[in-house]
Amino acid sequence: MGLDNSITKPYVRTEMVPQKAPPPGTVGPRKWLWDNVFASMLNFTTVGNAITSILMIVLTFGVIFLAWWVAAVLLKFGWQDAIFTGTDGSYCRPEDNKGKVPIGQNIGACWPFITHRFGQFMNGFYPEPERWRIYLTYIIGAPLIAGLLIPSIPRKGLNSILLFVAYPIIATILLSGGNMEIAGSTYIFWAVVFAAILITLFAVEKLTDSKGLFAAGGKVVIAVAIAMFAILFLLDFDFGLEFVETSRWGGLMLTLVIGLVGIVVSLPLGIILALGRRSQMPVVRLASTIFIEVWRGVPLITVLFMSSVMLPLFFAEGVSFDKLIRALIVVALFSSAYMAEVVRGGLQAIPKGQYEGAQALGLSFWQTTNLITMPQALKLVIPGIVNTFIGLFKDTTLVSIIGLYDFLGIQEAALQDTAWLAPTNQMTGFLFMAAVYFMFCFSMSRYSLYTERRLHTGHER
Amino acid sequence: MTTISDEPSGKVSLWYDPRVRSMVSQVILIGLIAWGFYALVTNTIHNLERLKIASGFDFLGTNAGFTLIQSLIEYDQTATYGRAFMVGLLNTFYVAIIGIVLATILGFLVGVARLSKNWVISRVATVYVEVLRNIPLLLQIIIWYKILLLLAPGKREFGNILGIGNFNITGLWTPKFIAQDGFWVTGIAIVIAIALAWMVARWASKRQQATGQQFPSFWAGLAIVIGLPLLVFFATGSPGIVEHPEFVSEGSMLRRGFKPGVGFVFIPEFLALLFALVLYTATFIAEIVRAGILAVDHGQTEAAGALGLRRGKILRLVVIPQAMRVIIPPLTSQYLNLTKNSSLAMAIGYPDVMGAGGIVLNQSGQAVEIIIMIMVVYLTFSLVTSVFMNWYNAKMSLVER
Repeated sequence: MGLDNSITKPYVRTEMVPQKAPPPGTVGPRKWLWDNVFASMLNFTTVGNAITSILMIVLTFGVIFLAWWVAAVLLKFGWQDAIFTGTDGSYCRPEDNKGKVPIGQNIGACWPFITHRFGQFMNGFYPEPERWRIYLTYIIGAPLIAGLLIPSIPRKGLNSILLFVAYPIIATILLSGGNMEIAGSTYIFWAVVFAAILITLFAVEKLTDSKGLFAAGGKVVIAVAIAMFAILFLLDFDFGLEFVETSRWGGLMLTLVIGLVGIVVSLPLGIILALGRRSQMPVVRLASTIFIEVWRGVPLITVLFMSSVMLPLFFAEGVSFDKLIRALIVVALFSSAYMAEVVRGGLQAIPKGQYEGAQALGLSFWQTTNLITMPQALKLVIPGIVNTFIGLFKDTTLVSIIGLYDFLGIQEAALQDTAWLAPTNQMTGFLFMAAVYFMFCFSMSRYSLYTERRLHTGHER
Repeated sequence: MTTISDEPSGKVSLWYDPRVRSMVSQVILIGLIAWGFYALVTNTIHNLERLKIASGFDFLGTNAGFTLIQSLIEYDQTATYGRAFMVGLLNTFYVAIIGIVLATILGFLVGVARLSKNWVISRVATVYVEVLRNIPLLLQIIIWYKILLLLAPGKREFGNILGIGNFNITGLWTPKFIAQDGFWVTGIAIVIAIALAWMVARWASKRQQATGQQFPSFWAGLAIVIGLPLLVFFATGSPGIVEHPEFVSEGSMLRRGFKPGVGFVFIPEFLALLFALVLYTATFIAEIVRAGILAVDHGQTEAAGALGLRRGKILRLVVIPQAMRVIIPPLTSQYLNLTKNSSLAMAIGYPDVMGAGGIVLNQSGQAVEIIIMIMVVYLTFSLVTSVFMNWYNAKMSLVER
């Protein structure tokens, strides 16, 4: 009976025992702190480990102190001692200098200097009633750029044509006012050039017995000619906008203009140069290589300097460009040399089988490039392109050295205003500019990292 | 019956022959380039004649008539334009070499710090890298320059930095070593010591490969390089003196300040440029180092651990040699970048090759010649760098088998 009883009532738990709390120090913040901070500095088992630990202690606390100190200085300057309201420089000047700040009080950042001149920092000396044109340019450009950058948005081809062809023309007309009074002789000159090319094509077809050359080449030439004349006509057309000289452009807007012109010109030019450097034709290869290496070998400031003192000597008497256009030319050429190397890297990464497969299908060189290799290569090098653009964006600051009022240069102009004389204006401006540049470059670098991760999912370990 | 022949069946028109097409397009390209050059040269010559600017490099021999705030060789107002340009070139070398050394040290430290298991260190290193590499270098140079000028005491007083030297707005003044007659013996000793250390290292590695026995060649080499010249220096009767900067604190206010020409001075322009270049370039070097170390397969570390190597030895003998192969090519291009970026010195008035060249250009009006000279200087740098890189890549691919 007793046995029966033990079988019917076995000593088995029917419900789970509640889990015990883990030993202290193996979970939660203590564990995290131990693993990530103290594990490296509390190991005294051997002499070597002890030395490493002591070094880590010194280093960790040194680094904490340094970081705290930098943060404290920045906070004290930018916030604690800063002046946030005021209508002129006297709010940021000490009393012994005709100011309103009591003697003995520290003067930090003078933010009214920035807020008061915010329009100038953004737009330079662009006339105020016309500034809507700049904002409109931004509003048109933003969705185009976003459409190209966000992978899930379709119609990349149309988008890039709009951004790389249509948008620059619209932006030029909006920002400068258009109505450039292009001489009639310019139209005639280009008409003659296109006619000459057509005649040459026709003659070559007849002389070398190449059927279809005139029909195929002629289509391209006529399409280019129509586009060319349309652009000339648009730039010439009077939209009723006031003309704003480029010398009045400035601030962040000028920085963006230089950066965008750089990228818009350098991408196609860089692609051509990269193809040229990989070409089978020795002359083309040599010319592209020399071009790329020379531009990459010299600092941008040298070529900007060249643009301001040497370029005027290069052109025939009477032909002159304004300072901005000269700077734009060299910035575009400079960045296309860098872009060419980025694109070349992408082309080299395409497996040879792709080229051979295309050849086996009987595709021509341009068909292979346009349909097979270049799309793959460009996709591969998006991070590289973005990084080049970050470099270009930072490099646009150099135009302030040759006297353009870009985002960096505009402050020098702003500091000349006697109504706003105050001791900390310049540093405030620097802080502000550093923050803006950081914002732009950091977000671009995040984007580049994001694409890199998206493209390299197969390599994750 | 049809036969298959090697000959193309129809006559291919000339235009569709790839060889003819490539010939034609190359001839057109040559023509365009030649025409462009011709137009450039004739326009330039015409414009120069119109503006009455003499061309040629004769102007380098004429008197410059301006002073430069820093020169490593003897230079004053009576020197020539050519000499001024040389001063600029040396100043570029000067800031570039010191900058490269410091940026490499800082960059490696930060790169390793970013991989540290210590959260505080890796996070601070990340913030440093992300912030400084995303702010334009020119802005950084100008900010450092203004900060230095703000912090430094006026010309008539001075402060001290960590016992290294005294500083005020004229710069950081440090003692200077002046070699006297007979110092050349020590100079030769330095060369011999370096050669000796190199030979010892070679002998040690050969012996290790042959017998497996190790020899502390690093410490031995260090001892030779430091010891031998010191020994020779004292044996030849210490031919050299240390000159301390002199600060005049007595007399009329206008006379006070550091005595010019006594001791060695780092001018504020140089320091600001150096700080900015080092801090900026180090962020890029840190990223290269981090990527290089991460590129070494984890299996390598594990295998080395399985062989019983200690952590320090794993790093030194397994990880770093393999990481270096990935690190060095981009590292050289960062060195080149630093050298090219030193041309931004112009913005704060440091007389490097661009700055001094700019002054010569303004004074003499010889724009074409000066710009060509400056470009040749930088192109030579980049050519030398790429020659080195090709040599290094060739050497490394041999090691790789």
